[in-house]
Amino acid sequence: MAAESLGDLERALRDKKNSGNKLLVPYLTAGLGNWVEALHAVIDAGADAVEVGIPFSDPIMDGPIIQEASQKALEAGATPAGILSELRRSSFAVPIAIMTYYNIVHHAGHDRFAKELADCGVSGSIIPDLQLDEAGEWMVSARENGVDNVMMAAPSSSPERLRRLADNSRGFVYGIGLMGVTGVRNSLADSASEIARRLKEYTDKPVLVGVGVSTTEQAVQVSRIADGVIVGSALVQRLLAGGGPQGAFDLMRQFRNALDAG
Amino acid sequence: MSIMGMPSASGRFGEFGGRFVPESLIPACFKLEEAFGEAWADREFTDEYRRILSEYGGRPTPVTELRRFSEQFGIRVFLKREDLAHTGSHKINNVIGQALLTKRMGKTRMIAETGAGQHGVATATAAALLGLDCVIYMGEVDVARQALNVFRMKLLGASVVTVTSGSRTLKDAINEAMREWVASVETTHYCIGSVMGPHPYPFMVREFQRIIGDEAVVQTRGILNGGVPDYVVACVGGGSNAAGTFAGFVDTSAKLVGVEPEGGAAITRGIPGIVHGMRSNLLQDDVGQVLEAYSISAGLDYPGVGPEHSYLSSIGRASYVTAGDDEVLNALQVLSRLEGVIPALEPAHAVAYVIREAGKAIPLGSSVLITMSGRGDKDAESVARILGETS
Ligand SMILES: Cc1ncc(COP(=O)(O)O)c(C=O)c1O
Repeated sequence: MAAESLGDLERALRDKKNSGNKLLVPYLTAGLGNWVEALHAVIDAGADAVEVGIPFSDPIMDGPIIQEASQKALEAGATPAGILSELRRSSFAVPIAIMTYYNIVHHAGHDRFAKELADCGVSGSIIPDLQLDEAGEWMVSARENGVDNVMMAAPSSSPERLRRLADNSRGFVYGIGLMGVTGVRNSLADSASEIARRLKEYTDKPVLVGVGVSTTEQAVQVSRIADGVIVGSALVQRLLAGGGPQGAFDLMRQFRNALDAG
Repeated sequence: MSIMGMPSASGRFGEFGGRFVPESLIPACFKLEEAFGEAWADREFTDEYRRILSEYGGRPTPVTELRRFSEQFGIRVFLKREDLAHTGSHKINNVIGQALLTKRMGKTRMIAETGAGQHGVATATAAALLGLDCVIYMGEVDVARQALNVFRMKLLGASVVTVTSGSRTLKDAINEAMREWVASVETTHYCIGSVMGPHPYPFMVREFQRIIGDEAVVQTRGILNGGVPDYVVACVGGGSNAAGTFAGFVDTSAKLVGVEPEGGAAITRGIPGIVHGMRSNLLQDDVGQVLEAYSISAGLDYPGVGPEHSYLSSIGRASYVTAGDDEVLNALQVLSRLEGVIPALEPAHAVAYVIREAGKAIPLGSSVLITMSGRGDKDAESVARILGETS
């Protein structure tokens, strides 16, 4: 792929990967408490990019922790426009990708939403219920506005689909670590390393594994093969428990140190 | 070519339908599409489906002419009696099909969502009949207002999971069933209860329900000297009894009317959106959060609607109207007293529309077929409570 076609998200993550480091991408739900401070805190702790969740009423890919966070954020009045304007007001040292469900995008309109993301400095999108065969229109709008749309690949995806997902993904390729929804798990599923290994046969884009990566040990283990991890529920759990920005910082610092130590 | 034919390769009816689910579920959707396509073309499968529905399910269900009711309202009204099918509603048609398909795909377990509990009971019944494990997801609010059906499911050997997230009704039961399906898709079939969800469900469930309309068109031709009713009316929650009924009449001159509850009128008041794997009309707020539906009937308490209904509405082939709680309660009592048929609250919406519009939108002297999608036993307790409070 020609270098000039790379979006900000992919360029940053490729650079980091090429310098021999493992990537850490935390997820947090926007609209929950003092989330902007928490966002700055995880960046200070060493995140390479952050996935900011725009809460949706019916999050079918999320387990109890992110469901609870989404519901709380919505009850507190979180809206896509409100969240994006908060992002616009700050500047961040690493790329920000939004994670939301397709109806939020569809309702706003593809072009309008992509422009709004770009205006607010967002350089990536992750939409779990917008799989490849339905994603064409959004991929065009996103690309035209410099937003990297990340595709998710599942343990159940066929080899032929994995290749197409990897080809069409921008920013990085999201390997879903297990057959299930987001949540904290006691041990790393075998499928986590396996999806990373399979994806790496098809792409030199950064391959990150998320869903079911909850501890530093799990992050280190899967990053022997993957280029890094996405840590969501473990972080959101800490925020829901009242850990605040400092708690978020401490947790992400542990992940950063563990990944750097290898 | 029928207006209600095959959807496009991507599962579209016009611009509605599709497959908006996480990647993890895509292989299962492909497999199901293929398995259904093969099974539905396989004489052995369709014979078995029809045999069970007749020997066990009580099909064909009769068409009953409502003589006293007709006389009172000046129109000629017939009921398609799905309330007489085994388990007390049309839901049995769909679950026998999907349970047979579950076995054919080599899976051993079915999960399902339920609102009123009718689909849960039907799924548990089919699972018992065919020796499958069964888990039913039901919102906490519905568990409370449909206690009898919860007990029936348990008697039938199913486990019932109470869903406490979101609005704690059908919408959230579907979310939870989908989440569970992602985690168990290797062994488990998700037996969706209406013409909704990702492709191939809306198409497949309509095909399993078209037996309603296919029977009724022959039955009414027999009664009407080869003619068809002027109006064919059915209630619409997700839209399966309506879709199954309409499929038999869509290529005739009959006017098709779907009746939505006032508080869950996805077609009448919603705009296109995406939830539960499909693009269809959806009640949503001004940024795209899905709204909670409200209806006196748990089975219609749903903010979305099957995509084929959005399509039939968009091309003007079917029209969609609403009925409110008060007129529904009235219709339930009128039908009970005049005809000795206690309807479920869901089809009471269709009856309410016909009562309201007889001599207005439905000219005097018209013939009308109403799909009586289920019997009223499950609602007797909550209706008694409401009538006791309000009268
Ligand atoms: C008797 C009855 N009718 C209708 C419905 C609504 O479903 P659908 O619109 O799919 O027919 C239900 C759902 O539970 C039901 O129990």
